[in-house]
Amino acid sequence: MSGSATGRAIEVEALGMTMRFGGFLALDDVSMRVAAGSFHALLGENGAGKSTLVKCMLGYQRPSDGQMLVDGREAQILGPRDAATLGLGMVYQHFTLAPSLTGAENLVIARADAPFVIDWRKERAALTQFMETMPFRVPLDRPVGALSAGERQKLEIAKQLYLGRRFLVLDEPTSALTPDEAEEVLGHVRALTRSGALTALMISHKFREVFAFADDVTVLRKGRRAGGGAISALDRSALAAMMIGEQKIATLDARAAVAESAEPVLEIRTLRAPDSAGLKSIEIDDLVLHAGEIVGVAGVAGNGQRELLDVLAGQRAPKSGKIRVKGSRYGATRAEMKELNVRFIPEEPLRNACAPLMSVAENLAFRTFDLDRDGRSRRWLDGRAIRRDAERLVDRFEVKTASLDAPIATLSGGNVQRSVLARELTGDVDLLIVANPCFGLDFAAVAEIRARIMQARNAGAAVLLVSEDLDELLELSDRILVMSEGAIVYETPIATADAHEIGRHMAGRC
Amino acid sequence: MTETITDDPARRGERRDFATERAWIARRAEPLVIVAASLLAGCGLFSLLLLTLDKSPAQFFELLWRGGFGSWFSVQNMLSRTAPLLLAGLCVALPARLGLLIIGGEGAIALGGVAAAATGSALSSAPAPLVIAAMALAGMAAGGAWIGAIGALRHYRAVNETISGLLMAYIAIALMNHLVEGPLRDSASLNKPSTAPLPDADRIGAIPGTDVHWGLAVGIACCFLASVLIEKTSWGFAARISGGNLRAARIQGLPVGALIVAFCALAGAAAGLCGMIEVAAVHGAANASLASGYGYTGILVAFLARQNPLAIIPVAMLLGGVGAAGGLIQRRMELPDATILVLQGMVFIVVLFAETLYGRFHIFTPERWARKG
Repeated sequence: MSGSATGRAIEVEALGMTMRFGGFLALDDVSMRVAAGSFHALLGENGAGKSTLVKCMLGYQRPSDGQMLVDGREAQILGPRDAATLGLGMVYQHFTLAPSLTGAENLVIARADAPFVIDWRKERAALTQFMETMPFRVPLDRPVGALSAGERQKLEIAKQLYLGRRFLVLDEPTSALTPDEAEEVLGHVRALTRSGALTALMISHKFREVFAFADDVTVLRKGRRAGGGAISALDRSALAAMMIGEQKIATLDARAAVAESAEPVLEIRTLRAPDSAGLKSIEIDDLVLHAGEIVGVAGVAGNGQRELLDVLAGQRAPKSGKIRVKGSRYGATRAEMKELNVRFIPEEPLRNACAPLMSVAENLAFRTFDLDRDGRSRRWLDGRAIRRDAERLVDRFEVKTASLDAPIATLSGGNVQRSVLARELTGDVDLLIVANPCFGLDFAAVAEIRARIMQARNAGAAVLLVSEDLDELLELSDRILVMSEGAIVYETPIATADAHEIGRHMAGRC
Repeated sequence: MTETITDDPARRGERRDFATERAWIARRAEPLVIVAASLLAGCGLFSLLLLTLDKSPAQFFELLWRGGFGSWFSVQNMLSRTAPLLLAGLCVALPARLGLLIIGGEGAIALGGVAAAATGSALSSAPAPLVIAAMALAGMAAGGAWIGAIGALRHYRAVNETISGLLMAYIAIALMNHLVEGPLRDSASLNKPSTAPLPDADRIGAIPGTDVHWGLAVGIACCFLASVLIEKTSWGFAARISGGNLRAARIQGLPVGALIVAFCALAGAAAGLCGMIEVAAVHGAANASLASGYGYTGILVAFLARQNPLAIIPVAMLLGGVGAAGGLIQRRMELPDATILVLQGMVFIVVLFAETLYGRFHIFTPERWARKG
């Protein structure tokens, strides 16, 4: 058990991994071999069993059946500690470093054998020496909170190597990074694998990254191994087919041309609003959306997108500035939303757009419960109409639910999002504001939801799409804006949009 | 994860089939079973305590039955104590539907009682129905303003409503004592400072054929009204959305602040009415007896009723019975005064623990039937 002592990449193989939760088979006899010093990608939709497989391999879960081989020898992994001793480690999607401590402090306290009294002079010298062996530099003397997302992710990887891990699972490691940062980090991981210092297994759903960096791939579907092999022998369509199987995928409607004379629907002028901490402020001088166009807003999380959305949703009072919808002042009251046909689809619909414990039928009625058939306000609820409308919406948007009385929290993520779309996209829509609509959803749901947004656009709605997924913005938008530090710093029509150019503006390095 | 649609679209709207019926029953049975089980568990814990004191649990529960429910006399006693508990329970349950935990009902009861007594003595020459109506309005206004202020502090200044409610209750009780012992004190009340006693004509009488005052009927009517408000009106629906998810309610453009303040004010009005009824039907004047713990027992009532106004009625009767039997139990078993409070506290703790059990039992969650099938 001394994978760490040699300092060399190790080979890891899972054999016949099976995991049952009650009657549900999350993993069904999955085998995967990750050769020493290779960069292996693990692909699959949400719920395909990727995390379950990885958790079983690293001892976070005890598989119902199956075996682990490390460097060809059978390994007993009963918990994460066993995995660590064997040199297996994990880098999470979200950062796990303590933000108030420096990089050096984070690394040293993570060590299992950290001494009771720490001789910092000695440790720092050792760390500097260790960092010399890394292909990248990360400042170790600054609090982690002051580092950029890319630096933090590099530090996470350095930490694992410092702790002697020679097989790393990277769980969607680039989801919080700009495209350039992502390429840099993955480039370093590949360099480490090539040099034989590390074996990497990356969970991802970004084809671009998989094709650019991985050597081999394993694809899971519904808990089974659906295929895999050397990346060089596969193409995108083959991989997509393995991932989604026989499912029907919604296709985007053709993009109707934006009329030259399209009316401005949303106008934001000289808007100033405080951020949550009250430290910075967002400043949007001029943002106009026209009927029938999708305007995408790109940006690294935390650059004022949430504040802008909060203002548009009436959740945050602006300090100054004008917001007009179809020429009228807009303050996001219920009456204005109804009058001007404004709809808002926030990110994480279960957390932001639904009452989790209320029934599907009740959640579907949030927008219309206080209106009668002619759109006038009503005082008494009409339970029968709520049910009838809910049945109609569930049918039309193909929401899969056991019953209309089921709490909406019992639905899958895709079906919660379908319910919210059903509620918000019914009737006339003039302005649609959407935030990260596909976050955490599976392939089919993502395609369907993007298709619905495109349909709303083609039907004449002005759509403001705020997303952290650049691919999504490039696929849907007519124009792309970049927000950085609370302001719009870049704008491009889709025809001239370039991911790298956008990424540079996202990073604020221009 | 697979999910199946059991509602066949073609057959919807027709008579519910057996499976839908079963799912409906299962969903509604969950709170009933869990609350009943936690009541039993709380009583079980309390029995252990009695055994350590060398007292007989069997005798305790037998006396509880006799003193609270076993005879016409004890039933009337139970019902008289039920009346204030209904209103005190509403004071907790209404804000709870908006996701607020307000435990300061005791203060609103005290202030409502004082306001009613002051109004009553100021109008003593007016016709009795008018005086009673004015007293009720004064009590409701005082209580409503008090709890409404807690809601406003919560919404506009982000002050934790549970803490402020509790602290405001102390202030209210101190204020009541000040008024009763100072400006409003009747010089004839020597041992127990009180406001001037109401003339008999201005008091709330008993329901004919019983010793139970009309406050019981008022309390039950308020529970029904609250239930209609929450379940049948668009206001109540908006409040349920806000309680279910404040952000979702805001994004729908609902007037969350107004809802919070209004529901808190209604809750306070219920508690203020409770104080008025205590004054006009029981004590005949406002004095320190107004702060006798109904506001706190109301918290337990609302939690056992799962914040459902209709369920408050049987729960208030149950706890009213426990209160009615208290004296008998103390005398017969030579137990200290606080025994009943200990029982209530134990039940409350078990009820709070039981909150974590919802959604855990396969039998109560129809969504999971199809999956495991």
